Amino acid sequence: MKNTDKSHIDAKKSAGPNFNDKLGLPGQYPYTRGIHPRMYQERLWTMRQYAGSGNAHQTNRLFRYLLAQGQTGLSVAFDLPTQLGYDSDSEYGRDEAGNVGVAIDSIADLRILFNKIPLDKVSVSMTINAPAFILMAMYMVLAQEQGVEKNALRGTIQNDILKEYVARGAYIFPPEPSLRLAADLIEYCSQECRSFNPISISGYHMREAGCTAAQEIGFTFANAIEYINRILRRGIGIDRFAPKLSFFFAAHNNFLEEVAKFRAARRLWARLMAERFKASNLDSMKLKFHTQTAGSTLTAQQPENNIARVALQALSAVLGGTQSLHTNSFDEALSLPSKKAATIALRTQQIIAHETGMTDVIDPLGGAYYIEELTDTIEKQALEYIDQIEKMGGIICAIEEGYLQRQIHEASYAHMLNIEQGRQVVVGVNKFNQNSTSKFKSYSNVDSDNDKQIKRLANLRAKRDERKVAESIRRIAETVMTDENLMPVALEAVANNCTIGEICGVLRENIGEYTERLSF
Amino acid sequence: MSTKRIKVLIAKIGLDGHDRGAKLLCRYLRDAGMEVIYTGLRQTSTSIVRIAVQEDVDLIGISILSGAHKTLIASLMDELISNDIEIPVIVGGIVPEKDVQFLMAKGVKKIYSPGTSLTQIHKDIECYAGQPTRQSD
Repeated sequence: MKNTDKSHIDAKKSAGPNFNDKLGLPGQYPYTRGIHPRMYQERLWTMRQYAGSGNAHQTNRLFRYLLAQGQTGLSVAFDLPTQLGYDSDSEYGRDEAGNVGVAIDSIADLRILFNKIPLDKVSVSMTINAPAFILMAMYMVLAQEQGVEKNALRGTIQNDILKEYVARGAYIFPPEPSLRLAADLIEYCSQECRSFNPISISGYHMREAGCTAAQEIGFTFANAIEYINRILRRGIGIDRFAPKLSFFFAAHNNFLEEVAKFRAARRLWARLMAERFKASNLDSMKLKFHTQTAGSTLTAQQPENNIARVALQALSAVLGGTQSLHTNSFDEALSLPSKKAATIALRTQQIIAHETGMTDVIDPLGGAYYIEELTDTIEKQALEYIDQIEKMGGIICAIEEGYLQRQIHEASYAHMLNIEQGRQVVVGVNKFNQNSTSKFKSYSNVDSDNDKQIKRLANLRAKRDERKVAESIRRIAETVMTDENLMPVALEAVANNCTIGEICGVLRENIGEYTERLSF
Repeated sequence: MSTKRIKVLIAKIGLDGHDRGAKLLCRYLRDAGMEVIYTGLRQTSTSIVRIAVQEDVDLIGISILSGAHKTLIASLMDELISNDIEIPVIVGGIVPEKDVQFLMAKGVKKIYSPGTSLTQIHKDIECYAGQPTRQSD
């Protein structure tokens, strides 16, 4: 559909600036202006709302609702017990299963989760890290059941454990064995599941924890460099796996800075890949990323204002050339998103895509002096963080020494003081605040119905072949102590109905658990 | 208020990994002259009560954004009351209105939503510290 609500200038014919090696045209190295020559003129970003709650039946209904509303990809939110490798009937599971995401214990749950959702048609993103290899194994076994080739699967698994130690906190095992598990997944996918992104290296959570835009890029790329080096050490060439590395960033409030951040990230990544890692496949140099609007900017006071915040943040991601986008729901500072708020969030993306004319033109801010200056500055600062971390002996040393954690805390403390002392205005909070407590009706979320989940799990344990389960668990324990890739035995274990809790349990016994080092 | 320095325990309960707010509050209270102990992630009601008693704190502040507040904080309050421990508890995080009443009835002093001024929380702590868990009767 043509957008008629605009002037006579044909945006599609306006190529804009080409400051040669610094910008390049869209789709050309160093990709400052976008990784595709025609960007959204050819294909819109994927609208992918992070969702999941209660059990697999409830989340399957939610997914089908979102797809029916015009969402174009799925993004699975797992509950905390699943993310931390505990079954729903464990002590932790009983308290928290199904609370902030869907409870998945075994392949039986995943089967229900994707009931009537064809895995060769819908791309699926899974936010799972420490037990990522188990979920990936389940996903591949399920695809096989649906008659879908592994290489036909499209989507992304987060599988970025490093940022968990810095910001998000969903770690299980110590860094070394965790990185091995992450690398096993990446290596396996580079051979068997080649259309799938086996990692989404994430700045989002560090930004949400309070770091600056330049730190977000610098820290994320420092993590990426660590993953790359580990895969290279396995003798796999850079161009074999780099095209499938994907990224995840936040879209924050400072509109122009955010647009510049995405552009700077693209250029810096292209240069790192070409110059440092000597990639020769152009696809290795293209930074592909998902964006989510910044949850931490949403306010509990006058929550409807958040609709405007989300719209502006989403627009910065679109002007920054994102490949997929999640827009937050306006009620998230009060409770889990209600259906109404989640629908408005999706509609916000659809309005940007179909009503604003923003998709007719590529990188329309490119060439503006302020944007180019900001882009240069953020690229330079991000590179300084990467170099600083390298000087400290690499990212593992920097994390263990608490460098990233301190930097994030300092930035977030300074920001908080600015708000506290009124130097930074937050509308409805420290200015323009009606002096009454907001009596906004907070919607109740899905009751997690944990009893049903526990019953289903008991049923599975009663029916499955315990001999095969024991053998699979034994093989996991044995293989994890060798250099062999763990994916093949994980595939076998999930096919034999081993649970996440059982697999993570035996790994906890063999490779240990990480406890937070409090540099605080 | 006596001249004794107020001692506060800030704790993360359950599996939730969001610690930005907890760390900011710790730093702010320290800068304001209070003694603050931070537990780090993944504490249980039992471990929190144990540390609170060992350290003889004047107040417990719980940070929770995982939606599991009804079970986890209720069990913390039950544990305090059944052990006859009178330390006031405040909670910060995403707690829907309908659950606020439930937790207040369990004896929680106050629940803070995102965006609350830390100056306000600091003032409240000065006032609550040393008050018994349940409204004195």
